[in-house]
Amino acid sequence: MKNRLTELFEKKKKDVLAVYYTAGYPSLDDTEVIGKTLVKAGTDIIEIGIPFSDPIADGPIIQASNKVALDNGMQVSLLLEQVKALRSQVSAPIVLMGYLNPVYQYGIHKFLIDAKAAGVDGLILPDLPAKEYEDNFKATCESLDLSVIFLLTPTTSLERRNKVDQLSTGFIYAVSASSTTGNSKSFDENQLHYFETLKTQKWRNPVLIGFGISNHETFSQACQYSAGAIVGSAFIKALEQSKDIKQTIQTFVKVLRGNL
Amino acid sequence: MKYTVDESGFYGNFGGAYIPEMLYPNVEELRLNYLAITEQKSFNEEFQHLLREFVGRPTPLYFAQRLSERYQAHIYLKREDLCHTGAHKINNTIGQILLAKALGKSKIIAETGAGQHGVATATVCALMGLDCTVYMGKLDMERQKPNVERMRILGARVVPATSGNQTLKDATNEAMRHWINNPTDTHYIIGSVVGPHPYPDMVARFQSVISQEIKIQLIDQTGNPTPDYVVACVGGGSNAMGAFYHFLQDDHVQLIGVEAAGHGVDSGESAATTALGKPGILHGSKTLLMQTQDGQVIEPYSISAGLDYPGIGPIHAHLFETERASFINITDEEAMQAGIMLSRTEGIIPAIETAHAIAALDKLQFDKDDVVVLNLSGRGDKDLETYIRWGKY
Ligand SMILES: Cc1ncc(COP(=O)(O)O)c(C=O)c1O
Repeated sequence: MKNRLTELFEKKKKDVLAVYYTAGYPSLDDTEVIGKTLVKAGTDIIEIGIPFSDPIADGPIIQASNKVALDNGMQVSLLLEQVKALRSQVSAPIVLMGYLNPVYQYGIHKFLIDAKAAGVDGLILPDLPAKEYEDNFKATCESLDLSVIFLLTPTTSLERRNKVDQLSTGFIYAVSASSTTGNSKSFDENQLHYFETLKTQKWRNPVLIGFGISNHETFSQACQYSAGAIVGSAFIKALEQSKDIKQTIQTFVKVLRGNL
Repeated sequence: MKYTVDESGFYGNFGGAYIPEMLYPNVEELRLNYLAITEQKSFNEEFQHLLREFVGRPTPLYFAQRLSERYQAHIYLKREDLCHTGAHKINNTIGQILLAKALGKSKIIAETGAGQHGVATATVCALMGLDCTVYMGKLDMERQKPNVERMRILGARVVPATSGNQTLKDATNEAMRHWINNPTDTHYIIGSVVGPHPYPDMVARFQSVISQEIKIQLIDQTGNPTPDYVVACVGGGSNAMGAFYHFLQDDHVQLIGVEAAGHGVDSGESAATTALGKPGILHGSKTLLMQTQDGQVIEPYSISAGLDYPGIGPIHAHLFETERASFINITDEEAMQAGIMLSRTEGIIPAIETAHAIAALDKLQFDKDDVVVLNLSGRGDKDLETYIRWGKY
């Protein structure tokens, strides 16, 4: 069976919406219902966070969701079980995002195989160095047809951008600003200039813009320069304040897409 | 040189640069420049000048007569406690501030546990007129109050880290996040031989002045540059690395790293990383790490803020794995008693971090002729409140 990310981007080149949430947040068993509702509401890619005790690339909102998820008892093995259950109900691509250490302790090879078996299509491991990827991940990921998505930022050199494109499969994660995760209300001129350079570069992979996508305005702006955008902190914040998760998700996605 | 860092930033199985892309340009800038800059003649002249005139180096290698009688060996104390600001930490901050200036940075950030590295950073920032922000765990701000005020007097901003156990690990997380958010004008002065390559190597080089001096001073005092033992406490491991550095290749010299056992290695409240840790990845390097089976970092505990860290520098993980160094651990209680013992035996009140190294003398078996160098990494002024609260003196 074909990698669902590849399939998606063959069909859809614009306005792709990926939403990040932390597995096990707000409650341990919410992983499944959140994923299902997101897809129903019109999300194209589900990005599920593997919680970690020391998420250095994350701002306060995602840090807090990681902590709650761990306090709730989330573990990698349970997360993979939940993903498997979710997979049986949705056909959208599922991407796991997490720091390297939990993956490393689970066992790299075992993790890749179990993730694939659970129905995962891609991985984002922000602290995975290129060399470590090439030495210990690449062969297995290729044989399993599991995408690995690398990040680039406004300060990534042109040479390295090309390397990121070479290494990545599925898509490229373009971080919108030199920052940790968190939402800004709008993009400034420098960011728009950077987006412009993303748009004009010839890539092997589709590009999704993430970090600081918080509302319809930022989502549609990002989409003008790329295949789509990734929302994280703003969604976690909505969950945090939610009394009815399903309703919150429906509304959140609608608002983001400008259908409300 | 099998104990130095290799081309890709590893010491054997440990080290590397496991950083998110957001940090890559900063770390890469350092990696590409640190050797070229620090090997320049002008850099070295200024570094040596400041170590001599500002820090007060060389620090004495003091033959501790009464301590030697007590332990029946020749015990020398390397007096890093006499450095300006009261600990070895300033050797590194002088080096890094000069590097930051050479790279054209205008702002400095740092993490601190005991506050010694924070004070040493605030001091060199004042000296150079650079903006300074120090992250410190909220708990550590309470237990090392005098150092918080020292940093503020020196003009630094002290920002409490409120996540986790509110100690050194959490302060390091916050400093890294700050660096991600301020990538161009800011240099991050890491305080120990931890973090992504090239930090462990860079900090080790700046601290290596300690063992460089020990060799010369031993020749003067004993006629022989090599001791039988070098003993030092290990939080991240910078003072230990400085004291070991020039003896690494000499297998005759036994290197002893002393970690904090907290309430005991098996108590669940400990920071004895080599005893409790497994290989893992934190703060940008692969090293020994206290963690759960699921790869979550375990909150460490020690009475000493400077040793209260769940990892160790990757070079120490390598020295442990290759058995080039031995590691022992010391409980809170043993350390506090050793601190009092040294105060009354030699008239030196040590930092509680250092007191762990002193307590290790009780655990080692010396021959009468053995020459033992103990790295007295810092003085106890900052710890008076902890000594008072402990109260058994
Ligand atoms: C006096 C003293 N010794 C030792 C340490 C531990 O650090 P390291 O292991 O890097 O020398 C500290 C840290 O704050 C310190 O203040």
